[in-house]
Amino acid sequence: MSNSFLIRTEKLYKKYPMGPTVLVALDNINITINKGEFVGLVGPSGSGKTTLLNIIGSLDSPTEGSAEVLGNKIETLSHQDAAKLRNNHIGFIFQTFNLLPVYTVYENVEFPLLLQDIPPAKRIELVMQALEWVGLADRKDSKPSQLSGGQSQRVAIARAVVKKPELILADEPTANLDAKNSHNIMETMVKLNEELDTTFIFATHDEKVMKYLKRKITLNDGYVQRDENISLNNQ
Amino acid sequence: MLIIKLAIKNLLGAGLRTWLNVIALSFSYVAIIFMQGLYAGMNNQMEASTIKVQYGGGQYWHELYDPYDPLSLDDSHAKIPNEISGLIKNNDAASILINQGSIYPNGRMQNILIKGIDPNQKILAIPTHFLNNQNGFIPALIGGRMAKSSGLKKGDFVTIRWRDAKGTFDADEVKVVEVINTEVSEIDNGQIWIPLDKMREMTVMPGEATLIVLKQNSQFTKNLSGWEFKNLDFLLADLRSLATTKSAGASIFYFVLLFLAMLAIFDTQILSIFRRRKEMGTLMALGMTRSTLIKLFTLEGSMHAVLAAFAAMLYGGPLVWYLAKVGYGLPASTDSFGFALGDRIYPEFTALLIIGTILLVLTVTSIVSYLPTRRITKLKPTDALRGKFI
Repeated sequence: MSNSFLIRTEKLYKKYPMGPTVLVALDNINITINKGEFVGLVGPSGSGKTTLLNIIGSLDSPTEGSAEVLGNKIETLSHQDAAKLRNNHIGFIFQTFNLLPVYTVYENVEFPLLLQDIPPAKRIELVMQALEWVGLADRKDSKPSQLSGGQSQRVAIARAVVKKPELILADEPTANLDAKNSHNIMETMVKLNEELDTTFIFATHDEKVMKYLKRKITLNDGYVQRDENISLNNQ
Repeated sequence: MLIIKLAIKNLLGAGLRTWLNVIALSFSYVAIIFMQGLYAGMNNQMEASTIKVQYGGGQYWHELYDPYDPLSLDDSHAKIPNEISGLIKNNDAASILINQGSIYPNGRMQNILIKGIDPNQKILAIPTHFLNNQNGFIPALIGGRMAKSSGLKKGDFVTIRWRDAKGTFDADEVKVVEVINTEVSEIDNGQIWIPLDKMREMTVMPGEATLIVLKQNSQFTKNLSGWEFKNLDFLLADLRSLATTKSAGASIFYFVLLFLAMLAIFDTQILSIFRRRKEMGTLMALGMTRSTLIKLFTLEGSMHAVLAAFAAMLYGGPLVWYLAKVGYGLPASTDSFGFALGDRIYPEFTALLIIGTILLVLTVTSIVSYLPTRRITKLKPTDALRGKFI
């Protein structure tokens, strides 16, 4: 894994006006994440994990401070540029899978490539490769409603990795899965992290996920309580 | 191209909701095309009938003739000008002499117009050859409506009274030699047709006429002193404005239908945006811009109109083809419409009508589809992913 810098936040704040008061969701976040890291944002509900993930993913913008992702200042990005950044460089995995219900597994995975206007032959190759990575090539014609929770999340992972992004953001990816499926999903993501050198950032408070993390950033009430690298020996 | 594929996919994926809208919208297509075709057919049919039996290729009117003022008839007659008498001789024009009169059917008096016409004329499609039967009586043609209102029938004799050129009242008997069935009430209601020569003799107006009807497509438009040329645009103006009024009235029906269909589309779009806000968030997370999202949802709405056009073609196509071929039967009461209609109307469905209707519905549907999707511009991806409404 290289050590090149991929994400950097400086004095990052996210505040929400709540009537007469202001809710500080993120409070002076200063972190740097390098390429190829496998990072978990952990902490209790309401600690700011998803908010930070959303800002890194250019789905939201900071109230104050700076968030630089893949050389793009999130706070200055237009809607179009933010969409372009997400389309070309960032993959998302959601807690509730968020598969498009009317599309087949194949079409769901193919979708990001359609947005990138990739030629059909190349699309077929990339989609099948992604489905093989997650072990669902044989279910390519199924609809999301015909899949189990674990299978749906693996489709979501395939959709996130199919365009081979530099960064994958996963928001509670195992929260809706049982222990066995959670393990399979995490194994899949570790494999992709190692094989493709893709940077993974998780927002999670699932204990099952913790043991796979190589770096754990603990958030509490919007600030970074602890930022620790976890060596394999400690796991 | 991508959003078209996506829109089709989403639309078909929505299942019954889509098809209900499509069916409702297809009714609008068929109703608009049918009603407009019916009115176009009716309009053309009544114009053609009126030209055939009443207006020919235009008319010369005596300068004092006013069809809406019966009192003008006493003075609105003159000798046929030499410039046009050649046309009449060659059967390229027909002269008509009109006068006021009264008949006394069954002991009651009825005011009428007496119209003299050459029994051998070929300009108007009126069976005037029946007027050649002059065996010691004055032959008369009346229309079906006149027969009904006067109680006269073929073979009946009736007393007729008129005033000649010198103002003297005179009377005689005429024999109804034929009751003609005509779609055009203007040559029927309250009038009697008799031979022109006899009329001239009765009224002491030798060689005179009130109006001269030209053959269809006649190019003769010379200025004749004491006469005014009335072209078909002038003669048909009232008829056309009547048709426009009737057509506008009918359009209320299909606008209501279209409005209901648009309400369904609008409702579907609102529901779609509400139900699919999480999907919108996902699409944005995957890199779709808001403007593409708006285009996608608008296109989805608009494509209801495209699918409806195909659906309308499936069942509406054979229906309109059949109606155009066999016509649409009219009830007897349609005589009271006040214009020339046959027993059947043959609707006319032109390419312009069909394409114009498709474009109209497509445009309205697109606007109605776009209106709710504008809310997407305010949508934040994070809110959408959380399922929060705009």
